[in-house]
Amino acid sequence: MAAEAQSEGGLVFHPLDQFKIYSLFGENPIQWYTPTNVTLWMALAVFCIVGLFVFGTRGRSVIPTRVQSVAELADGFIYKMVEDVAGCEGVKYFPYIFTVFLFILFSNFLGLIPGSFTPTSHIAVTAILGFGVFICVTVLGFVLNGAHFLGLFWMKDAPLVLRPIIAVIELISYFVRPVSHSIRLAGNIMAGHAVIKVFAAFAPMILISGIGIVVTPVSVLAITAIYGLEVLVAFIQAYVFTILTCVYLKDALHPAH
Amino acid sequence: MELVAAAAMGKFIGAGLAAIGSGAAAIGVGAVAGNFLAGALRNPSAAGSQTATLFIGLAFAEALGIFSFLVALLLMFAV
Amino acid sequence: MVTETTVEEAAGAAHGAGSAGMPQLDFSTFPNQIFWLAVTLVVIYFVMTRISLPRIGGVLAERKGVITNDLETAEKLKQKAVLAEAAYNDALARARVEAAKIVGQARADIQKDLDKATAKADAKIAAKVVESEKRINEIRAGALEAVTAVAKNTAKELVSALGGKADAASVNAAVSARLKG
Repeated sequence: MAAEAQSEGGLVFHPLDQFKIYSLFGENPIQWYTPTNVTLWMALAVFCIVGLFVFGTRGRSVIPTRVQSVAELADGFIYKMVEDVAGCEGVKYFPYIFTVFLFILFSNFLGLIPGSFTPTSHIAVTAILGFGVFICVTVLGFVLNGAHFLGLFWMKDAPLVLRPIIAVIELISYFVRPVSHSIRLAGNIMAGHAVIKVFAAFAPMILISGIGIVVTPVSVLAITAIYGLEVLVAFIQAYVFTILTCVYLKDALHPAH
Repeated sequence: MELVAAAAMGKFIGAGLAAIGSGAAAIGVGAVAGNFLAGALRNPSAAGSQTATLFIGLAFAEALGIFSFLVALLLMFAV
Repeated sequence: MVTETTVEEAAGAAHGAGSAGMPQLDFSTFPNQIFWLAVTLVVIYFVMTRISLPRIGGVLAERKGVITNDLETAEKLKQKAVLAEAAYNDALARARVEAAKIVGQARADIQKDLDKATAKADAKIAAKVVESEKRINEIRAGALEAVTAVAKNTAKELVSALGGKADAASVNAAVSARLKG
């Protein structure tokens, strides 16, 4: 496809090249332990988190510095979300949820740096996160509630005839949860980055043909606008992933509606 | 060879059709946000407590658009 | 292009992500990503639970304590301020009474002085009036005497000019009788 585009107008479309995974050192094939760009950008996310939450809060000051107040704000934000959505019993699982939130948030934001790599745009990463949440929540539900957990699928207030049908639908929707949970995150991030790349491919049009006088400024403006949208999406997707985790956790803690 | 060309053409047509789903998701997201706004303007004091619900609704509506986008991408690049 | 893609897919496992396929669906990189994701999450989790969350929790608790203490102190200080204000008002009222007393005293003193001075001045004026009256009487008496002398002389002259002969004693008696009448 790239070759076709090149032969037509000289434009090069590689919207998905930015998601490529390559070994950092040398050309050797990627084993499970190979340090790749995934490793690099995840490590950068960890460094940013450590910088914010360890070095930023080093002062332990009662009157917080700017960085410390950001850390406290993030902590309070997620803590309140867990408390509001999952209830008081959910607070026990706050560190896990906060870990997932921070990882997604920092991966998303670091991925917005031009030329960077976004771990959360990969199905493999988000699927592990999503299925991890799904499995943990399901196991937790059975451990805490035993067979009562199945009450989640058996609507007591529905007419008796409809109950099996509703149970089947609920069961399907329950098992679709991790899929939509993970694909939502990866798809959103991938879509935004790919769209930016597509507009970026239109940007050098001015070097190729006369219509570029119109196309190039429009595409640069579009990149700017979509970049702003992507900053929003980066935060909202982390927020949505976290709040859905809390909702699923609530279902496990209180299966009766 | 003509069969291959027809398959390629079908792929692109399919991808384009799948992209309609994104527009449908946009309608859904708009309905969610618009209804939230209408309710919030009617009862602003209750709006603050429902933003979490708003975002969950937006996420569910948007996820289906993302699915259709994914189908388009798969048709373009993976099939 | 389709043939290219299938070739790429066939070779995908060896070459990593093919240029045409989606890198997301290149299963050869999955173990790598999953491994590093697990490492990252474990690291973040331990950093959070071991260092950061206890620290933030401590800071928040400390801040809460400080705020409570400060509020208590503020409450105490407010009470003190209320007491101080009451004392101040008290002192003010007392001072006002005192001032009124002093003013009254001063006024009485001044009145006394004034009365004394007025009395003195009155006495002086009275004395002066008496003296003046005496002098006026003297002057009046002098004037009467002069008028008498002039009248007598004039009468004597008139009598002599009219051809009469008048002795001093009868003229004087006549003039005196006229002046008295």
